[in-house]
Amino acid sequence: MNNVFVYVEIEGTQVQEVSQELLTKGRKLANTLGVELHAVVAGTGIKGQVEDQILPYGVDKLFVFDGEGLFPYTSAPHTDILVNLFKEEQPQICLMGATVIGRDLGPRVSSSLTSGLTADCTELEIGEYDDKKTGRHYDQLLYQIRPAFGGNIVATIVNPDHRPQMATVRSGVMQKAVYEGECRKEVAYPEVLKYVSPEAFVVRVLDHHVEAAKHNLKGAPIVVAGGYGMGSKEGFDMLFELAKVLHGEVGGSRAAVDAGFCDHDRQIGQTGVTVHPKVYIACGISGQIQHIAGMQDSGIIISVNNDPDAPINRIADYVIVGTVEDVVPKLIKYYKQNSK
Amino acid sequence: MALKIVVLAKQVPDTRNVGKDAMTAEGTVNRSALPAIFNPEDLNALEQALRLKEQNPGSTVGVLTMGPPRAGEIIRQGLYRGADTGWLLTDRLFAGADTLATSYALATAIKKIGDVDIVIGGRQAIDGDTAQVGPQVAQKLGLNQVTYAEEISVKDGVATVKRHIDGGVETVEAPLPVVITVNGSAAPCRPQNAKLVMKYKRASCPMERTTANDSTVGDYDYLYEERPYLTLNQWSVADVDGDPAQCGLAGSPTKVKAVKNIVFQAKESKTLTASDADVEGMIKELLNEKIIG
Repeated sequence: MNNVFVYVEIEGTQVQEVSQELLTKGRKLANTLGVELHAVVAGTGIKGQVEDQILPYGVDKLFVFDGEGLFPYTSAPHTDILVNLFKEEQPQICLMGATVIGRDLGPRVSSSLTSGLTADCTELEIGEYDDKKTGRHYDQLLYQIRPAFGGNIVATIVNPDHRPQMATVRSGVMQKAVYEGECRKEVAYPEVLKYVSPEAFVVRVLDHHVEAAKHNLKGAPIVVAGGYGMGSKEGFDMLFELAKVLHGEVGGSRAAVDAGFCDHDRQIGQTGVTVHPKVYIACGISGQIQHIAGMQDSGIIISVNNDPDAPINRIADYVIVGTVEDVVPKLIKYYKQNSK
Repeated sequence: MALKIVVLAKQVPDTRNVGKDAMTAEGTVNRSALPAIFNPEDLNALEQALRLKEQNPGSTVGVLTMGPPRAGEIIRQGLYRGADTGWLLTDRLFAGADTLATSYALATAIKKIGDVDIVIGGRQAIDGDTAQVGPQVAQKLGLNQVTYAEEISVKDGVATVKRHIDGGVETVEAPLPVVITVNGSAAPCRPQNAKLVMKYKRASCPMERTTANDSTVGDYDYLYEERPYLTLNQWSVADVDGDPAQCGLAGSPTKVKAVKNIVFQAKESKTLTASDADVEGMIKELLNEKIIG
């Protein structure tokens, strides 16, 4: 009762990295609260395949639901599992990835349990809350912190009266680490049909095709990112060239993605990928907060912008005032000349 | 098979143009201070609905929106593109709703509309980016849901939907009735049709007429009498038999504890020009310090 739960997402028998990141965060929250970290995973033919990918992140108890029709994911069976398990277990917190699956499942579960859900949190903390209207005081609530309103503000959301307090977090926002402390590592294999009604299987997956990512933006040591200031899809070509010589990856701001200059899966920011590279080269990016939220922890930040007052310059280590057409070819040229 | 389709659409503040008075002291959005637009992914959803209507003769498309009286504009925008009807949910009791209270309100309205085959909306709205309302409406109605849709076809009471998932695509089939949310990568919405704009440009909800603050109030009363289709449906909490305790701020489990503008720690930065010497100097510095290899 009252524990922290993480919904673990899988592709086949492969546990997704975002879930391991959330287990690491969930372990910290559980320690702060003095409760246990539990995890739940559902799939087909996963028994004996997934436990070792989950338990090392500090899990006290893992619930493995293994049965026909649980992979590929569909909404209703996974909702039934969580809703019925949560009715028994009464967790105080539930975390899931802000992925296509988490953003399909989370709201359905929260609506079933009439509990609050905050999407795409960038920070999770434990703290107290005073409700000014009712005068009630709450200890140890989950602060669900997220940029809101197009990234122009940061809001701290709480769910004072409803449990579980639910939050989704994007891949890469938290960092995973194998847990060094003590934990119970118990595994349970509940009977699926006790939790899932037969009608839950009416939506059928006819075809499921997932490819490994074409790039490793999240893990790249050097990221070259372009904004609306790149002007066009062709403008991005020089960023790909720069990234190639530097052995880095290319990302884009939301404005650049919306304008069709680069693919959606390269979007960096609160509603895209969060990156922590050694070097971040921002080209023609003004630096809306929603973008900065996804790259502010980069080591060295270089901003190339013809506007000396672009907001991103405030967090940059190097500001090059000039047009991208002028500066980017020079970066390529002088890197080639000087590197060995 | 004729389908009854309801499009969920939201009028959103254009978050690309945010001014100082955009937020209220309570931390909710001050919508009146911002330009209001048709939420982009809801337009993708409208296009899918209109295509289904064309492919399934006899079908109807209605636009359901919730907001202040001026959100009647969303229904007109839908009519201009080929929707048949619309409903505006407007009531002070709906104000301050989080996603759960919003879903409750929309679900009660959909029940009131009745016999709906497909409820379809954008994946998410640009003011909240939560993607929660679609699945929550589905849960409240006890219907199946398919999110992140790109293409939809319907045959013999079953919807086949191509979905855009993380790192790939998926095709699923779901029996009707079903709630579908549409991804921004789906086909863009058709433009407004000039004839329909002419037909519907004076269409409005009763509250829009009384709150319109200009000299035209009353000028078109004869038109509204002549052409009943110019009066759009406007529903309050009572009209949809809603429970006020589950609407608006009262029905929202999430509370905003604090809102702050973000101030990033300014760094000590080196400002360079685009000259060859400056750019080469920086590259050499980064190489010398082994920051780049």
